[in-house]
Amino acid sequence: MTPATVETQEELTQAFAIQGLNSWYGSFHALKGVSMTIPEKRVTAIIGPSGCGKSTLIRCLNRINDLIPGFRVEGQIAFKGQNLYDPALDPIQVRLQIGMVFQKPNPFPKSIYDNVAFGPRLCGEKDRSKLDAIVEESLRKAALWGEVKEKLKQSALALSGGQQQRLCIARTLAVGPEVLLLDEPCSALDPIATAKIEELLMDLKKSYTVVLVTHNMQQAARASDYTGFMLLGELVEFALTAKIFTNPTNSRTEAYITGRFG
Amino acid sequence: MKLEGAVLRNLLARRRRAEWIFKIAASGALLFALGTLGVLLLDVLRDGLGWLDWDFLTHFPSRKPEQAGILSALAGTFYLMILTILIAFPLGVGAAIYLEEYAKKHWFSRIVEVNIANLAGVPSVIYGLLGLELFVRTMGLGRSLIAGALTMALLVLPIIIIAAREAIRTVPNPIREASYALGASRWQTVWHQVLPVAFPGMLTGSILAFSRAIGEASPLITLGALTYIAFLPDGLTSPFTVIPIQIFNWVSRPQKAFLNCAAAAILVMLAILLAMNAVAVFLRHRTQRRMTL
Repeated sequence: MTPATVETQEELTQAFAIQGLNSWYGSFHALKGVSMTIPEKRVTAIIGPSGCGKSTLIRCLNRINDLIPGFRVEGQIAFKGQNLYDPALDPIQVRLQIGMVFQKPNPFPKSIYDNVAFGPRLCGEKDRSKLDAIVEESLRKAALWGEVKEKLKQSALALSGGQQQRLCIARTLAVGPEVLLLDEPCSALDPIATAKIEELLMDLKKSYTVVLVTHNMQQAARASDYTGFMLLGELVEFALTAKIFTNPTNSRTEAYITGRFG
Repeated sequence: MKLEGAVLRNLLARRRRAEWIFKIAASGALLFALGTLGVLLLDVLRDGLGWLDWDFLTHFPSRKPEQAGILSALAGTFYLMILTILIAFPLGVGAAIYLEEYAKKHWFSRIVEVNIANLAGVPSVIYGLLGLELFVRTMGLGRSLIAGALTMALLVLPIIIIAAREAIRTVPNPIREASYALGASRWQTVWHQVLPVAFPGMLTGSILAFSRAIGEASPLITLGALTYIAFLPDGLTSPFTVIPIQIFNWVSRPQKAFLNCAAAAILVMLAILLAMNAVAVFLRHRTQRRMTL
């Protein structure tokens, strides 16, 4: 693979094209004119201090914020040319294509198997052997199969935090999405579990577009190809990760990554 | 400030005294409650235990106290409760699901919420009058088992809705988000994720509501349920009686011996209530174990 430093955005296929995105929770203006293009099959990190709107942005990408009363969005998000907020488009279809993993591991209070099989079953898959295959494949992709293959019938709540988060990734992959949105997936995990997830991301970006929101600048620097820096609802700078962390254009980006605020 | 000698001792003694007085007052309050209950129970046991035997449970009421039994009242209570549960539980849970998962939070749902809480406080006689007018007269159901069950269902419905909503609210939101993020619809999320977690909580809350309803006589008396029935209900439109009405009937008789019948019936009633509450505790315990697994 070509190193990220010599790539330019033009050479890559776009996954998301975001144009002038504004959003509000009630009267609170959370996103202010965000425009960016997120490339396919790369890891794109969004960093910034708490409350800067990075989670709001990622939660717009699979329309999960539709569920929050009083949430409103203006502007355009296109996913491979399709307007995600097209009124004719069913949000369920969006979420099947664009999977999401949340900040705190949130396995269902069911068995490991049933957690992973939940998505495929919703889509009508009843065939036991097909389900078995999907569960195994998804757990393998999430680097969890070896640890849980003997206890698929046990409660997912008995797993450790890091295992639970990888189970949540497996559960998301089982639906067969093209994109993985990760909203601070490691903030509740210890460093060893975090390292495992980052290693997994390296692997997953071969087949998936990954968008990673993180608090942790080292994580963005280690795990991502592109990085966007957000502040107070605005996208301050968006560029190759190497550039953001070595030679940022904007003085506010520089102040943040060198630890002078945030 | 530094306290020494007599001043310090005095202060500590005062505190100990206050501590002691408070302890006595609190345990006194508990003893009063337990004591009253104990006296009641003893009184009922003394009057009723001798009369409580198999014959009492398997005989119809009679003019002669020695031959009187509560079979028809027991059967009536049993059928009435089953019917009430079948009517009120699905309705209450459905309403709670709507209010918690579907309704937009605006002024209308607020009004509905406040009214449900108010309805839970309406005296049961009022429900009896409503049942008399609506089910017995307007709908022409007569003084039947089904009219009684519908009235009882109305009586417990607000409590069930409130209990079911509380249970639904204990389901963590991240579970719902995870479900939606996997492409689940609202109904799939409710059915597969919310209900399994909330169900035992709904059940315990509802059982407590039903065990309150089982002891109610006034709405059924208002409704016109009969006090003397010497047959078993044979259908939804059959006349019926229940244990509380039977008790009410016996204590208003002039013969002393009927008081013993009433006491024995109260013991049966207490046993049923205890059993229902035990089921509620058992279910709650089982859920807690499953959730923390």
